Amino acid sequence: MQYETVIGLEVHVQLSTESKLFSGSATTFGAEPNTQANIFDLALPGTLPVLNEKAVAMAVKFGLAIGAEIGKRSVFDRKNYFYPDLPKGYQVSQLDFPTVGKGSLTISLDDGSEKIIGVTRAHMEEDAGKSLHEDYQGMTGIDLNRAGTPLLEIVSEPDLRSAKEAVAYLKKLHSIIRYLDISDAIMAQGSMRCDANVSIRPVGQKEFGTRTEIKNINSFKFVEKAINHEVQRQKDVLEDGGRIVQETRLYDADRDETRSMRSKEVANDYRYFPEPDLLPIVIDDAYIDAIRATLPELPDTRAARFVSDYGLSEYDAGVLVATREMADYFETTAKLSGDAKLAANWVSQDLQALLNKHSWELSDSPIQAERLATLIQRIKDNTISGKIAKTVFEAMLDDNRDVDEIIEAKGLKQVTDSGALESLVDQVIANNPDQVQQYRDGKVQVIGFLVGQCMQLSKGKANPAQVNEILRSKLS
Amino acid sequence: MIEKTVAELSAALAAGETTSVALTQAYLEQIAAHNEALNAFITVCADSAMAQARAADEARAAGSTAPLLGIPIAHKDLFCTAGVKTTSGSKILHNFISPYDATVVERLQAAGAVMLGKTNMDEFAMGSSNESSYYGVARNPWSLDRVPGGSSGGSAAAVAADLCAMATGTDTGGSIRQPAAFCGITGLKPSYGRVSRWGMIAYASSLDQAGPLCKTAEDAAILLNVMAGVDDKDSTSISLPAEDFTATLNDSLKGLRIGLPKQHFTRGLNPAIESAVRLAVAELEKLGAEVKEIDLPNSDLAISAYYVIAPAEASANLSRFDGVRYGYRCENPVDLEDMYKRSRSEGFGEEVKRRIMIGTYALSAGFYDAYYRKAQKIRRLVKEDYARAFEDVDVIIGPTTPSPAFALNSMKDSVTMYLEDIYTIALNLAGLPGMSVPAGFVEGLPIGMQLVAKDYAEAKLLNVAHQFQQVTDWHKQKPSLTASAKTTEA
Repeated sequence: MQYETVIGLEVHVQLSTESKLFSGSATTFGAEPNTQANIFDLALPGTLPVLNEKAVAMAVKFGLAIGAEIGKRSVFDRKNYFYPDLPKGYQVSQLDFPTVGKGSLTISLDDGSEKIIGVTRAHMEEDAGKSLHEDYQGMTGIDLNRAGTPLLEIVSEPDLRSAKEAVAYLKKLHSIIRYLDISDAIMAQGSMRCDANVSIRPVGQKEFGTRTEIKNINSFKFVEKAINHEVQRQKDVLEDGGRIVQETRLYDADRDETRSMRSKEVANDYRYFPEPDLLPIVIDDAYIDAIRATLPELPDTRAARFVSDYGLSEYDAGVLVATREMADYFETTAKLSGDAKLAANWVSQDLQALLNKHSWELSDSPIQAERLATLIQRIKDNTISGKIAKTVFEAMLDDNRDVDEIIEAKGLKQVTDSGALESLVDQVIANNPDQVQQYRDGKVQVIGFLVGQCMQLSKGKANPAQVNEILRSKLS
Repeated sequence: MIEKTVAELSAALAAGETTSVALTQAYLEQIAAHNEALNAFITVCADSAMAQARAADEARAAGSTAPLLGIPIAHKDLFCTAGVKTTSGSKILHNFISPYDATVVERLQAAGAVMLGKTNMDEFAMGSSNESSYYGVARNPWSLDRVPGGSSGGSAAAVAADLCAMATGTDTGGSIRQPAAFCGITGLKPSYGRVSRWGMIAYASSLDQAGPLCKTAEDAAILLNVMAGVDDKDSTSISLPAEDFTATLNDSLKGLRIGLPKQHFTRGLNPAIESAVRLAVAELEKLGAEVKEIDLPNSDLAISAYYVIAPAEASANLSRFDGVRYGYRCENPVDLEDMYKRSRSEGFGEEVKRRIMIGTYALSAGFYDAYYRKAQKIRRLVKEDYARAFEDVDVIIGPTTPSPAFALNSMKDSVTMYLEDIYTIALNLAGLPGMSVPAGFVEGLPIGMQLVAKDYAEAKLLNVAHQFQQVTDWHKQKPSLTASAKTTEA
């Protein structure tokens, strides 16, 4: 039987506020355990929450970026459960009245088409601490540094139809969040986390199949693998005549499989009720307008502008706007170099390859936009050829002098002096009598070989167009 | 000197007739003499109190005129006090020494008050008799075989027996007003949001409110001046224009409109209390007030709604007491679940466990609408009842309790005990300010008259109570402590 996959994602994003959602403690990643937990974070008796308004602003910013309804009156609720890294014994979240309501975002599919994915809601809540099971021999250590860090939980509609679509959605979400600068959104560090609700149904069936929720997926790659694995597992179950059980499953990246969590852990009644220690958040139009005014240009708009302003292909534009940093880098390079197409090629190919090779973030690159722009200018003004430019680019990695100095020092400057080029051409003509004869007999394509010889002889420094011209005139 | 009011002590200290050291010494002696019988204090801070007293005398010599400078106070043991054990009347916090001060404590300290110690209370403020305290019941100074009321029973007993000049309490369903009535003193529950809850160990967050227990309405005004005010650390505290609550104490009551809710003068009310309260109202009429009967139609629903909402909030508020970070932890837990279960089973008392169970049940899937949501609807109805009533009257008056202080161990079951709060609970649901002032004696025991005003109209309450105390002397009556002590010996 043919099955259709139905996926909805719940994505937790740590908002990058300096302090926690309800306390003044810092939120820096990686600090010594329990150095960022104050008396409220420890849930000492008598302590009370005070809402961090910056988190609200970030949530609203996200809502506006995905065209969502903003809750004019959002309400925090207590979600009750016991766990050692949840000091109050309840998590403050938003149930019925989230700050961000229905919205949507657009993803690009492999065939070049676009698809709109609905976002059901995005609500604010506090993160839990961490339980540390290693190093404590039969005991558990509790680190409350993360407890109370603001999270935005973004819930999608069940609009995704494949693991690839899920990854595209997640990447788009990541891109928007980075553009808005509301989270580091680093999956490996847990500042962006993803749970996937997965079900399958026979093609043509309207009702959804029974879904399972996969937790603990911490990279884009694992999202795809975990979903594919789960879809296959569900197919196997159905084809063996079994039934899918609604349950929570953990993804184990080492074994590339999902497995059921003990039912005890999932059969929780959270007994939500409105948090009496906090007032509802009331948001008016003026506030929304003020936040709207701070919105940066978002990836879709920016890509469209790259196509119209710089004449880039839609594909190139799409690649370049994937991250705000990359798009900024490209735009700076394009403006300073005066050649957007060359800039686009260099950024999306050479620079991207470099980053991939070293697993660098753009900010780690020793070649910043200004230097790359100079390099491109030197191609344009014929100081170097495109090929030599690649050599210069390599040299720029561990040589932080400016581009011109490197070209000069390494003697890579293109030879454009006609006297020098003529003697070079004479030498090649003298060394290759057979090819010269062939050319004179009418086999004009041999000119390519002769130009190549000139370039080789000049170690790539000769200006190929000039060489071509001189060759032709000498051979005619 | 120890029997004097805060206003009188303040004047005596200013006039140099006494010193804070002498006063503090005198109260500590009174505590030493009577706390064993009364059990009003869980913790007495004799050394730090004397040090604070010396500092207060030095500050006065240096020119300080802080409003409570050098006057000894006792705090209910659910206000966090830095460096001092804070138990909330529970075994589960038997070893909890707070690293910080509650805002109320901080403000009173900044006003110069000297902290004598921490007073006994029903465990986590859940109770109307002080019998649920892990630290033993506090006793009523008027009769040691009677309860002092609760949950602020220790504070009320301490003020009544002159173990302190003034005390703090909290009121979630009557926990300031009822013990004030039982012990013959003056107690004020301010409007919800008037006083910061930061550092006050929560029972039911949407109902809890701190207030003073003291000897007169004037003292209550002086204390409220210090305790009130918005606090950045409590999002539910309210920013209101600064007010001097003593400024209007002497306003005339001519034309004051008093409402007597007919629901508060019906079956279940001790007839002797009814006549005492009616006599008290007659005194106010003599001062120019007009009296009419009013209707609070949803009064009988208030207790049911309260016993859903308060336990629901409490069930979450008390989740933090899990044996993980502080407080009581059971011996040798075999695993996490065992630690949770035994720490909480052994650390909490019966009444607290009962309310956690009720609250957990009321919030459970499938019951939420029937209990919690319905209770919130009733809460709105109760609020609307009062709003309607206050269109026609300025103050609502009735008995604070249906009967005088009852005997220890006399309440057969929890529900009978819950009904003791029948007149006080609705105010907490509505968030309104209320007071209890002494209004007579029944069977030799003091009884209280409850006054209620609109939101944030504490000044009106204090004005009426103060005027009443100018023409009556119920608040000046003192229990005979040695006589009570003999009763128990016999």
